[in-house]
Amino acid sequence: MMGLLMDAIIDLLQQNALMPRADMARLLDMELEEVESAIAKLEAEGIVLGYQAIINREKWDTEKVTAIIEVRITPERDGGFDRIASRIAKFEEVQSCYLLSGGYDLLIVVEAANLRNAAAFVAQKLSTIDAVQATATHFRLKTYKENGAFHQLDSAPERLSVSP
Amino acid sequence: MSIRIADHVRDIPRSGIRDFFEIVQTMDDVISLGIGEPDFATPWHIREAAIYALERGRTGYTSNLGLPRLRRSIADYVRGKFGLRYEPLSEILVTVGVSEAIDLALRALLNPGDEVLYHEPCYVSYAPSIVLARGVARAIETRAEDGFSLRADALEKAITPRSRVLMLNFPTNPTGATMTPEQWEKIAAICVRHNLVVMTDEIYSELVFDEGAHSSIATCKNMQERTVFLHGLSKAFAMTGWRIGYACAPAPLIEAMMKIHQYAILCAPIMGQDAAIEALDRGDESVATMRREYERRRNFITRALNDMGLECHKPKGSFYVFPKITSTGLNSREFSMKLLQEHKVAVVPGTAFGPSGEGHVRCSFATGLDQIKTAMERMADFVAAPR
Repeated sequence: MMGLLMDAIIDLLQQNALMPRADMARLLDMELEEVESAIAKLEAEGIVLGYQAIINREKWDTEKVTAIIEVRITPERDGGFDRIASRIAKFEEVQSCYLLSGGYDLLIVVEAANLRNAAAFVAQKLSTIDAVQATATHFRLKTYKENGAFHQLDSAPERLSVSP
Repeated sequence: MSIRIADHVRDIPRSGIRDFFEIVQTMDDVISLGIGEPDFATPWHIREAAIYALERGRTGYTSNLGLPRLRRSIADYVRGKFGLRYEPLSEILVTVGVSEAIDLALRALLNPGDEVLYHEPCYVSYAPSIVLARGVARAIETRAEDGFSLRADALEKAITPRSRVLMLNFPTNPTGATMTPEQWEKIAAICVRHNLVVMTDEIYSELVFDEGAHSSIATCKNMQERTVFLHGLSKAFAMTGWRIGYACAPAPLIEAMMKIHQYAILCAPIMGQDAAIEALDRGDESVATMRREYERRRNFITRALNDMGLECHKPKGSFYVFPKITSTGLNSREFSMKLLQEHKVAVVPGTAFGPSGEGHVRCSFATGLDQIKTAMERMADFVAAPR
């Protein structure tokens, strides 16, 4: 039962982390205190790691670039990919870092103030790491959907205002 | 010249909903809880399947009964979800929404003067559809204290020698009432004893909450042979505008209904039928997502209404709540009208669903949470205002 409620709370937080907790309580038929303590628990246990805004880059900070970089690395005898991956992840420019199956090992998402900075990150920081064998950098041209949010909103379809 | 309208058509009163709709249309900034259709657009995979079908040029008539492929999907779906077996070639008819199927079944079953029993408050079309089929509409009142379920003793009392059909709609629009298998057993026994044909409109059956299971009267002993099972895609799959419903019944009745359908309608639109195949075959996930959303809104709106002092039972199904508003000293129509004029929230007077809806209003929660929340704030102000 607790698991189901936690699922429901996580679902609501993922839809809209800013939703007033009193609304969540009403939606889930819980008391406000129960919701608050459940969220506190999710945060304390590191299940919920943070809350962020989704920014439309065509409207704000348009100079900023996002690079999606495939990285091939040599795993270490002790620690495999983890140590090197976390080394890469620690760079401030790196927003996300995933270990993947397939033709390369790490997929990293880098945000930089402009193209020059992004290039500098790849050339000077990433490629110079011993374990990094090769990189392939792709720049984002346009975003259609991000974390479930569409960047261009369709207008809501019209409905009759009263119907049987 | 003045054109003479047939008596039985002229005598049908205008829908109470229609009246209300026309007033709402003239106003700005109204939040409407009066809408009887999902606020979701049809899930994308279903729309996409329909687009693909159009691209392939599937734009013609279909078999009068509906696409054979769709009837197979319906048979599988109804067997899986309701435990009912129907033969796709002879026992299933695809119609233009459940509304058409209701009309066909009534016209195929009734001789002039035959009585049709139905529980009230109920969907607005039942009584007029019966009258248009030259039947006699006999309402059985259901009550808030019973959760608006149909009581066996009330049914028994309403039956006369002319009673021929019992019309059912659970979960119910507008009350959200549901029935348990035990309650069905009692109703079914009466139907068998009095040789009633049952028409059961189960359009809200996917929208049953609290992990509860929907049960159909058609599964009771000796019932399938005397039941017209009516269902459609509108509510569960958010496909109101596609107009696809279906009837499942014994072959001779389907054949009779098809006779009317083929001359009046020919066939349901193929675009809707193609979309329906995708919905029935692969739509379960989408339905589950929407159901979860409705369930949460139901929790929200039920609590908000009770908190403002309007007694409201928590419906186990549908997307309507049917709070009691007598504590305000107003009747259903006054309440709805004043709420609309003074606070710009549209709800539907309970009396639009029959006289036994007096003292209640219908609020739909097929509307986004933000809107519901604002509507509840406005309604609370309205209820708290001295009068």
